[in-house]
Amino acid sequence: MNTAVARVPSETPMADAPSWQSRFFSPNNRYLPPLFITCILLAGQFEFGVLESGGRTLLAIATSIGMEIILSRLVLGKWPHLASAYISGISVGILVRSPFLWPYMLCSSLSILSKYAIRWRGRHIWNPSNFGVSAMLFLYPAAVASLSIQWGNTLWPMITVWCIGSVIIFRLRRFHICASYVGTFLFLSWIRSEVTGNPWLSAVAPLTGPMYQLFVFFMITDPPTTVRGWRSQCLVASLIAVAEMVLRLNGVVDAPYYALFLVGPVANVVDRAIRSQSAPPSPGVLESQGSVS
Amino acid sequence: MSKTSKQTVLALLLIAVLFGPLLYLRGKRRADADLARQQSAMDRYGMSLEEVAEASGIHMVHSIPVVDQKLQNIAPMIGSMGASVSIVDYDNDGWNDIYVTNSSPGSKNHLYRNLGNGRFVDVAEELGIADLNKPGTGVCMGAVWADYDNDGYEDLFVYKWGKPELFHNDHGRGFTRVTDRSGLPDWINAGAATWLDYDGDGKLDLFIAGYWPDDVRLESTPTTKVMPNSFEYANNGGRKWLFRNMGDGTFRDVTHEVGLDSTRWTLAVIAADFNNDGMPDLFLANDYGVSQLYINEAGPNGRRFREIGEESGVGHSPKSGMNASVGDVLNSGALSIYVSNISEDGVLVQGNNLWVPQAPGSLKYSNLASAMGIELGGWSFGAQFGDLNNDGFLDLFLVNGYVSAKSESNYWYDFSEITGGNASIISDAKNWPAMRGRSLAGFQRKRLWLNGGDGRFFDVSQAVGVTETYDGRAVALADLENNGSLDVIVANQGGPLLLYRNHVKPGRNWIEFELKGGASNRSAIGAQVRVKWNGQSQLQEVEAASGFAAENQRRLHFGLGEARAVDSVTVRWPSGRVQTLESPPIDTLNHIEEPK
Repeated sequence: MNTAVARVPSETPMADAPSWQSRFFSPNNRYLPPLFITCILLAGQFEFGVLESGGRTLLAIATSIGMEIILSRLVLGKWPHLASAYISGISVGILVRSPFLWPYMLCSSLSILSKYAIRWRGRHIWNPSNFGVSAMLFLYPAAVASLSIQWGNTLWPMITVWCIGSVIIFRLRRFHICASYVGTFLFLSWIRSEVTGNPWLSAVAPLTGPMYQLFVFFMITDPPTTVRGWRSQCLVASLIAVAEMVLRLNGVVDAPYYALFLVGPVANVVDRAIRSQSAPPSPGVLESQGSVS
Repeated sequence: MSKTSKQTVLALLLIAVLFGPLLYLRGKRRADADLARQQSAMDRYGMSLEEVAEASGIHMVHSIPVVDQKLQNIAPMIGSMGASVSIVDYDNDGWNDIYVTNSSPGSKNHLYRNLGNGRFVDVAEELGIADLNKPGTGVCMGAVWADYDNDGYEDLFVYKWGKPELFHNDHGRGFTRVTDRSGLPDWINAGAATWLDYDGDGKLDLFIAGYWPDDVRLESTPTTKVMPNSFEYANNGGRKWLFRNMGDGTFRDVTHEVGLDSTRWTLAVIAADFNNDGMPDLFLANDYGVSQLYINEAGPNGRRFREIGEESGVGHSPKSGMNASVGDVLNSGALSIYVSNISEDGVLVQGNNLWVPQAPGSLKYSNLASAMGIELGGWSFGAQFGDLNNDGFLDLFLVNGYVSAKSESNYWYDFSEITGGNASIISDAKNWPAMRGRSLAGFQRKRLWLNGGDGRFFDVSQAVGVTETYDGRAVALADLENNGSLDVIVANQGGPLLLYRNHVKPGRNWIEFELKGGASNRSAIGAQVRVKWNGQSQLQEVEAASGFAAENQRRLHFGLGEARAVDSVTVRWPSGRVQTLESPPIDTLNHIEEPK
């Protein structure tokens, strides 16, 4: 996962100072996504104890931040902004379930390292934590599983996170990505239900769990690894859902991670190839606070 | 360094980080396997197991519960319990006998009498304790023995998803059904039960833990909304029951008086003195949720149980608790608690828990299962601690496997999909995808983890002869041949009862104790024995239920390694009396009776 932060040119005169609410919910607020994911984490932990352990999550965060600092200093020679690494670490801490300590360190390391090692035309193409989590699930299944449980047994935590998350992601101008994915997922759930003969509610069930909330709000909306343009973003989000359906029909438990792992980089490469042949990007391009330029 | 060089180095680094640990882990596994092949099990591990059930006259295949047609889509999961085993010397002939339950309507339970020559004969029918699955009365889930009337003979309590049954042992010559006048309720969907003297009056009381909600009748249910309302936070299971032994053959429900208010889905219970105050506490391993630890305290109106799971550390991470057994795994005089859970590669890696107290009597626990190498078993059920190779350290036998059906297809994907759903989805069985004959965590092998004495266990199951892959449920340990080695009895769901005869390397010594209470309950349940030898010290406690749907032999077994004597043996009786024996004989069973 990474952050959904858009940097846009100011449209208001300097004299008209925006209110603190506007500034807080502004797409330029780099601390909003980390704050949001931290709130989700704390609420989930204190209410339901969702974490394998607090220590393991801290280990994932510390590893992630440490790797970011080391690699940024060594490769770029500068001090990085740590919000992205923090989100990657906290995502690993929530999404990875393992009785051991080393997977948390390894997954965080892989997530950050992938940003620096795998690049296309100067930018990374995989969502960092998606890369790390997918690699761990694929290579180390005996030691790692992903978060697959619900939060509690009532509806309100799920509804609360969906509502607050939607408002925040709307302010960050990424809501259309989430909506496209969720809409496509729901439709394809019906298709899957028809194909398999399973109840539709069982096909939809994953969407009611916290893993999907994190996946939808943080992973597929990551600016550096999403394509440019409203329509393209909606299309790619839907394609991820389609790939996920194919994987699910083949009984792949961790289908959403692998779907994004497969679709995301291809979409990025194609998008950048097309854009490199057109006009240079406008000043209003999205830029990730976690990107390494 | 150029930009290209930097990228190359980073790419190589990424590859190394990705695959380096994988190569290391594979190499380590190969080296361990090579090492195990180089020596025979007896030389290397000091023991080997031989499966001898058929040869011993035991021909029993468990039959599973039948559930309502409305639940047929997931019937193999719902009816996935009922195979139990409990050890008893019902006729006081000095030989441990074996009682096992069956679970389909009309099927019979078995009491295998130990003839003392390696052979067993089923006497359940003639003694009147076989026909306990009569249609309409529910199906058997387990049995736990204890001398509730202190007449010197072990009585039988059978818990069911149905009507609980109590039988009085008529001096080993037969059993009288005393359920109707005992005061027990008509129906409990019980997942576990045990005997304990919670109030220290010398009479054994009965604890029963509900699993399914009390109003559910699985063989004929009007609704499909019978499932837990969460995979890890469910609290809509069966209530708990504590029955105080009134001393006249009747029992009084004191559950609410003593503060036992859990409605979690309990699958295992163990009563032991965790805080060294001389009174039995209760540990509940709950499916679909956190474990619970109830501490037995004095209150203004008698004894009270206070739940301290969260503050003690055992009640933080919700898992799928299916076993509760205790053992002094570090020879430190502290009882650790082993809880089994679910681990499936890439799907659900809960890991089993070994709750080790920070000090003897401390109520602060840390989970050391991973550090000690006994975390990953599979879909784990019953486990027991016992010194199987008589080296002076408690080993651990664990059974695994949930539903073995078609070997070529499994239900894991559908299971993982539905269990992530909200309560309103998961709690209704009709929303669950049909299993259609697929396996779920099927064909899993058992684990026998030997205790290295250095804080690490290592799995030797395959090397010592435990290779079967039935759906293991209950496991019990008992010295069936009176030769100082713990044999292993495994009850498999829908599978055969297995008896592993244990061959221990000559030269390894042992000592066993059979306690008879005087002022305390006659079964001596709750008595603690501490053996000191050769600089070592180990604590064991006499328990009724232990593990999952199981009861070990009543006598206590200590391996001594090559030591030729013990320094001292201290017995702390449930009455509080402490008795010390100096240098009792080893390689024999010592009978100790508490003065009245």
